[in-house]
Amino acid sequence: MDTTRMNRRRALKLMGAAGAGTLLAACGFPAFAGRSSPGRVAIVGGGFGGATAAKYIKRFAPSVDVMLVEPRERFYTCPFTNLYLGGMRDFESLGHDYRELRDRYGVRVIHAMAEDVDVPGRRLILAGGETVSWDRLILSPGIDFRWGELEGYDRAASEKAPHAWKAGSQTHLLRRQLEEMEDGGTFILVAPDDPFRCPPGPYERVSMVANYFKNHKPRSKVLLLDAKDNFSKQGLFMEGWRENYGDMIEWVGRSGDGRVIRVDADALEVETEFGEIHRASVLNVVPPQKAGFIADRAGVADESGWVPVNPRTFESRQVNGVYVIGDATQAAPMPKSGFVANTQAKVTARAVIADLAGDAPPEPHWVNTCYSVIAPDWGITVAGVYEVHDGELREVPGSGGVSPMDASPDFRRREARFAEAWYAAIAEDTWGTRPAV
Amino acid sequence: MKSYGGKTCGSRKARILGLSGCVAFACVIVAALASSGPEVSEDGDLLAERAEVIAQSCAACHGTGGRLDTAIPSLAGQPAAVLSAQLLAFKRDQMPGATVMPRLARGYSDEELEAVANYFASLTPDADE
Repeated sequence: MDTTRMNRRRALKLMGAAGAGTLLAACGFPAFAGRSSPGRVAIVGGGFGGATAAKYIKRFAPSVDVMLVEPRERFYTCPFTNLYLGGMRDFESLGHDYRELRDRYGVRVIHAMAEDVDVPGRRLILAGGETVSWDRLILSPGIDFRWGELEGYDRAASEKAPHAWKAGSQTHLLRRQLEEMEDGGTFILVAPDDPFRCPPGPYERVSMVANYFKNHKPRSKVLLLDAKDNFSKQGLFMEGWRENYGDMIEWVGRSGDGRVIRVDADALEVETEFGEIHRASVLNVVPPQKAGFIADRAGVADESGWVPVNPRTFESRQVNGVYVIGDATQAAPMPKSGFVANTQAKVTARAVIADLAGDAPPEPHWVNTCYSVIAPDWGITVAGVYEVHDGELREVPGSGGVSPMDASPDFRRREARFAEAWYAAIAEDTWGTRPAV
Repeated sequence: MKSYGGKTCGSRKARILGLSGCVAFACVIVAALASSGPEVSEDGDLLAERAEVIAQSCAACHGTGGRLDTAIPSLAGQPAAVLSAQLLAFKRDQMPGATVMPRLARGYSDEELEAVANYFASLTPDADE
């Protein structure tokens, strides 16, 4: 990109425009002078990615028409459902609505399911046949499950052996099963191979189940059967499990025959690669995943099931004018986290506004911080700072990393407090939810 | 450096116009601080834009505009010199007891951290209310 020329153009705008347009243009936002609306942006999905994109487009360029399509009037986050399962958090505290986006930022919120994308016609087709026209489309569809890829695990099986990997009825089902389980039972979690939503999620999940057992069913066991030999924050999780739960949690990696190849949801049994059968009292299966189905309808997903994107803007590599953010994308080394979706949304908001004005996007920059709560006073983190280098996404050398091993109890306690503060902040930044004091 | 902060940036007019902060003012100041000539001003322009792009990521823990005050402190309207000294100390592992911030601060040049400090200093704590 010819930054010098771009800045000269900005400088010309600065001289030629007036008022807010001047100031915006001076720092990279086009003035959109004399036009009623510089364009229409439709966004599919009201989670961390989509809601943030809607809000920040309106913050950066209020005259852009923004339409957010999300079926739910109240959105429950996947992050912190583990704390609900562990007895640390009320489920309602994980719910967020769209009033602030609508009333304060002027986002048109449409509570409907987006069923199809008409790319040549630049229209979104909603359940019921209504359409939404757009100049640019942002998809933040999250994940769908590859039902049946793990033998025996389909949608019907998930009613007996829940995944609880999307917040809602599945989360309640798992909580109810834990409550109904007898003390002395075995909770089994089946963890998938990479890539999947929330890499530390399965390990926080078993931590929080162990926290519930420790308080209510102390003779019970937790078994984590894993398709991988390595996982996020592994040393820190294992240290935290030992310190907080003794030998209650057992983790079996792939080379220890931890990879599950078949599920029998009726019998609550799973079979591993080398033929061992494990029987659970409560069985939690996190199945293989792919981008949310609307990505397929838009033609942006590739044969991997995920969405390849232009790293500078997160515009689809396959379909011009369609941007994709969040868990659905191939954005390694960035993880599929709510934090990353939020930060990607802001970069893409700027890129879409620049694109509508015919400008080059600003140099992108992303951050991630994933808090995991192992026990009420035991939090850990992984963090990263990301950039584009030679056309590829990468972690900025020297940045990022995980909490130190063997840190003091005070350090772990503070990261647990900061985890709660992080949740309050990202909920405010994404949906405008005011923290309950 | 303090002359551009506070009231002007947080004015009702700026809010109505949809300015998320007062980057523009930071642009002007950073440019003014640079030695001379139009090419250098463009560098200042870019640095201020860069600071706003970086700062928008801070919101996921510090709230929109760095205005949420919880166990994680708010940033908006803090003195630039204080913010800048803290960010540089995080980067150099000179903040005893720090948790995640050193790992994040190491992702930036000193110049970027100072520009981010200036950006948050230029915001008023309640400008979004």
